[in-house]
Amino acid sequence: MSYVIPGENGDWEVVIGLEVHAQIISKSKLFSGAATTFGSEPNTQVSLVDAAMPGMLPVINEECIEQAVRTGLGLKAEINLTSVFDRKNYFYADLPQGYQISQLYHPIVGEGTVTLDLDDGSTRDVGIERLHMEQDAGKSVHDLDPKRSFIDLNRSGTALMEIVSRPDLRSPEDVGAYLRKLRSILRYLGTCDGNMDEGSMRCDVNVSVRPVGETDLRNRAEVKNVNSVRFAMQAVEIEARRQIGIYDDGGDVAQETRLFDSVKSETRSMRSKEFAHDYRYFPDPDLLPLVLTQDFVDAIEAELPELPDARKQRYMSDFGLSAYDAGVLVAERETAAYYEIVAGGHDPKLAANWVITNLFAVLKDKGVSISDSPVSAKELSGLLDLITDDTISGRIAKDVFEVMVETGKDAASIVEEKGLKQITDGGAIEAAIDQIIADNPDQVAQYQGGNEKIAGWFVGQVMKATQGKANPGMVNKMLADKLKG
Amino acid sequence: MLPSAPLYRLGIIMSLDKETVKNIANLARIKVADEALEPLAGELSGILDWVEQLNAIDTDGVEPLASVVDVTLPRRTDVVDDGGCRDKVLANAPESEDGYFTVPKVVE
Repeated sequence: MSYVIPGENGDWEVVIGLEVHAQIISKSKLFSGAATTFGSEPNTQVSLVDAAMPGMLPVINEECIEQAVRTGLGLKAEINLTSVFDRKNYFYADLPQGYQISQLYHPIVGEGTVTLDLDDGSTRDVGIERLHMEQDAGKSVHDLDPKRSFIDLNRSGTALMEIVSRPDLRSPEDVGAYLRKLRSILRYLGTCDGNMDEGSMRCDVNVSVRPVGETDLRNRAEVKNVNSVRFAMQAVEIEARRQIGIYDDGGDVAQETRLFDSVKSETRSMRSKEFAHDYRYFPDPDLLPLVLTQDFVDAIEAELPELPDARKQRYMSDFGLSAYDAGVLVAERETAAYYEIVAGGHDPKLAANWVITNLFAVLKDKGVSISDSPVSAKELSGLLDLITDDTISGRIAKDVFEVMVETGKDAASIVEEKGLKQITDGGAIEAAIDQIIADNPDQVAQYQGGNEKIAGWFVGQVMKATQGKANPGMVNKMLADKLKG
Repeated sequence: MLPSAPLYRLGIIMSLDKETVKNIANLARIKVADEALEPLAGELSGILDWVEQLNAIDTDGVEPLASVVDVTLPRRTDVVDDGGCRDKVLANAPESEDGYFTVPKVVE
């Protein structure tokens, strides 16, 4: 179902493209040997290169080159064996060089694809236009003093990948799916940690609207300062409605940069950027073109890990999981690793249900990630061992799981301590059934009079009498035999 | 959004007018007195015209030259071997506090 917003004179379609800035995982910066750790004391991770002292020269970090190529390959994109660094000139207090080293005309990575996993289990391809490497700027802190801004250059010179999508997205849901998938791919590749809270993945959202049926693109606004998936989705809707309002009033949307304010739920014009549009790019004379060999690229490609799309296919074909379940399990590398341990030696669908339904509920409830799960993959696997070998029923397993979450004990000892072992002794079950039949002649008469629904009541009574420990399959069979007389 | 190639790359040279010089000066944060704009426009146009002579040369099929010596871009391995010199970094700052540079307030 396509996403449209009704206006006064008809329905509008939203056209969105994203520019994602992803911080490359590397120990040191793109052009200097200073560290990149987040959250260090201000200006302690700054070399004289990052501070743009006169005479300092940039020397490129080869790990950053590999990471950019790795990411390009993960996006099924063409790798440009020759790329060139340009200077993007502008003045800002946290940009000591007075320019950012970037790649405008000849980026390292060209066209690629990201496949979205949509909520209904279907998939859709979104085009990637390019990926280039560039330096990050420093950080300005505005709330320490009424008259001054405080500048920390620790982030200055850290390597970024700017990943530009085609305007192929059409709804807030698309934007969410794209950002989640891109983050998933980057994390699988180990090229960016995708942590939007710490700013290691940031995005600018380009939004325009057009009447449904129109094919030309109208003027777009570039919305900045969008630092979570949820905000990106909100920003699209808010900005689209603003633009439709302008067109409905007979106005025209200006092509401009706007700032998203999540508190006020609005976007507003960034006037200061109006005069800065001319960045006067030119090739950086301090850096020669970056020339790669095909062998270099091939060696990186040979070492690529299994990516989420391939893993999802494998879960569907080898494990028989649904597209939805497979998509959920592969989205995070940690979840997939956890799942594979749980599934080892067990029915993969049973394992998928336990992870997606029971475990996720606990994680959500406790507000922790799977890496901090109160029940480890090995422990959950231990619980599934007990279900698989009929030591406990699935119902009892849920109770055991709750105790595991609370106490951190393993499944086998909980079952042992609480005496929860399933009763598979036919004699014991038979005795319980006989007792219940003897105690409830009315219900027996009803059953024999044709009310077969009451069988469920008998099962319940037997389970109650055995504290839920009777093997449900055996109870059903033996009850039916007895009641039919 | 990618800006179009600079005009000089297209071989189109305009002689600069006063407004353009004013804009360039503003972008470069260079203060130019109003009465200096006109003569500066003339001088800069002269420089551009002089460089423009290069356009007369036929460069079809000639690889762009990035360096006159046969070297490739030097690379470093990914090790932390720099930074941790806050005192040096801040030494020339007109103002600093608590390890930060401090500047007149810049807020959007």
